Amino acid sequence: MDLTFTPEQTAFRDELRAWLAENPPAERPTDGSEAEEFAWRRDWQRRLYDAGWAAPSWPTEYGGRGVKPVESAIYFEEIGRARVPFSANTLGLLLGGPTLMVWGTDEQKERYLPPILSAEEIWCQGFSEPEAGSDLAALKTRAVKDGDEWVVNGQKVWTSGAQFAKWCMLVARTDGDVPKHKGLTYFLMDMEQDAVQVRPLRQITGEAEFNELFIEDARIPDANVVGGVGNGWKVALTTLMNERAGLGFALQIRLRQLLDDAIAAASERGLLEEALYADALAELHIRCETLRLLAWKGLTDAERYGQPGPEGSLVKWLWSDTNQKLTELAVDIVGPEALTAGTDWSYEFLRARGNTIEGGTTEVLKNIVAERVLGLPRLKAAA
Amino acid sequence: MDFGYTDDQSDIRRTARDLLAERARPERVREFAEAGKTDTELWRELCSLGWPGIAVSEEHGGQGLGAIELSILCEELGRALAPVPFLPSALAAAVISHGGDEEQRARWLPGLASGETVGALSGGADGIAELVIGGADAGVFVLVDDDGSARVCAAADAEVTPIAAIDPTRSAARVSLGDAGEALAGDVGAGIGHALVAISAELVGVCDRTLEMTVAYVKDRKQFGVPVGSYQAVSHRCAQMLLETEKARAAAAQAAWAADAEPALLAEAAAMAKAASSDAGREVTASAIQAHGGIGFTWEADVHWLYKRAQLDAALLGGGKRHRARLASILADRVGASAAA
Repeated sequence: MDLTFTPEQTAFRDELRAWLAENPPAERPTDGSEAEEFAWRRDWQRRLYDAGWAAPSWPTEYGGRGVKPVESAIYFEEIGRARVPFSANTLGLLLGGPTLMVWGTDEQKERYLPPILSAEEIWCQGFSEPEAGSDLAALKTRAVKDGDEWVVNGQKVWTSGAQFAKWCMLVARTDGDVPKHKGLTYFLMDMEQDAVQVRPLRQITGEAEFNELFIEDARIPDANVVGGVGNGWKVALTTLMNERAGLGFALQIRLRQLLDDAIAAASERGLLEEALYADALAELHIRCETLRLLAWKGLTDAERYGQPGPEGSLVKWLWSDTNQKLTELAVDIVGPEALTAGTDWSYEFLRARGNTIEGGTTEVLKNIVAERVLGLPRLKAAA
Repeated sequence: MDFGYTDDQSDIRRTARDLLAERARPERVREFAEAGKTDTELWRELCSLGWPGIAVSEEHGGQGLGAIELSILCEELGRALAPVPFLPSALAAAVISHGGDEEQRARWLPGLASGETVGALSGGADGIAELVIGGADAGVFVLVDDDGSARVCAAADAEVTPIAAIDPTRSAARVSLGDAGEALAGDVGAGIGHALVAISAELVGVCDRTLEMTVAYVKDRKQFGVPVGSYQAVSHRCAQMLLETEKARAAAAQAAWAADAEPALLAEAAAMAKAASSDAGREVTASAIQAHGGIGFTWEADVHWLYKRAQLDAALLGGGKRHRARLASILADRVGASAAA
């Protein structure tokens, strides 16, 4: 057991930390428009890219540094620690690129990977549908072959960045006559066509991180099938498995920063000496620190034993639950003024509500833990 | 970053688990628990294998291994609920090792390492401890006062009244030192840190075994024609038990590592571990009774032994609330220090 970084890992961290300190992002736009905000994040990714820091975990042949998972996790911890924005093309870097590396043809890799890295082409994810949330394989968007093209009709939801995206990782049903997991195909859909309409989805914070996609006779060339027709579920699982692999480390550091802010706020108000607040803050401290330990344990055990332990399923659950408890406590500490619209705390408080739903609801995560980690029998669901 | 054991540590774990699976079978544990007796045969065997001295220095007759190795044994003994005074004795040895002077160490540690002397440790005020785990077996007591000072005292010089605790897998006693015994003037804090690590490890073992038993039970038990474990009300409870167990395990692992490798982090890591494992121990074992349904409330089912062990361990040297209060003061000091800087 050694809960420190090796000298090489420390050197990697220090190099990145120094670079981040010397190369901060441009001033954040203050006009509140999503386009401006996105342009700012795109500019930031461009700076990372120019310095070779856009995706250190990507193999060198695709423009990365080919670093191991531990260094990649360090990278995201440092991104979180430096309070810099997430890259504009985060979905392409974390999901699309790695999925293509596994399932894409050589032509696809050559064509699509470089502009993901450089943020020239932004990617979005067309998985969820209004009637296919946790039960993703129930999705209804259909793709029908027409010559050497596919014609797509359907609706997608929770598509972040769709208004800026060039490519959509689209899972659609290509065969309605086979069991639901078997009739799916994974496509790269060009978002720059009139047949794809993007409508912002306003959320409880008032902003629109996500969109709905209305797809009416959109066209996708056959060459844009990823991983073969009818193999979409497997390819989608590759994407989903990457979903939080790295970002979790950044989110976990942000949680820690938020807790430090809450502790500071409590201290300023003399509440750190009040037993009830002290108890609640100490509990959050324990959760935050054990979350980090579990994240690292999950990562390093997977490397050591070749298979992930139970931690992977627990980390997102614990993170989301802790972030909600933390922001609730922060409102108690700061008082009613924390609920003034537009303040950081009111935003964090409202945004946290989505954490236990997005990227796998807590209920689904508990099912996964119960069935796959503990081996409990599954209650028979309707087919 | 590596949470894994060395080959030697893995061997210790495997050997301990195999031995206890054989020698501390549930029916045997029950037999001794119901009789309110220590399993002296098992204890002698563990002593002959050098277990009590695993973390005592070689100079004092121990094996000179670290907090991680001690934690491995504590976890396995906790899993088995072995009716032996291993933990109380190890706690006394830890505090004497760090808090004692050369003479005190030389006087007590060899006996504690060989198992010839059994130790016990408790919090207490004014030289009185109302419930000392292992107290009726002990030849030496360490009492830790609320102010962090500690005294060591031979049992022969103390007033020891055996009592029955709700957990009968280990003896208990009320102990009054009066003016007897002597102060431990060394690094008592470090000793307590090591002790908290050991208790936390035992609690992790209790949680682990409890979850294992519960999962097996809810897979097997049928109501309405299906295993009750297929209902999400039950399966999600089991998932929660795993989460609490793994949090406690991670915190305890960090504390054991800090005890050996980063002593400056020990106070905080040990407080986190003891808070997390005390709460996990109580929640997980309580959940187990609930998931077992009516049978879980009977004397006949084994789950109550785990529940009771968890309560005693959680209360030993303070549970979640006490250690969160300590953590809060560490956090407050940190805010103060960064404000001053």
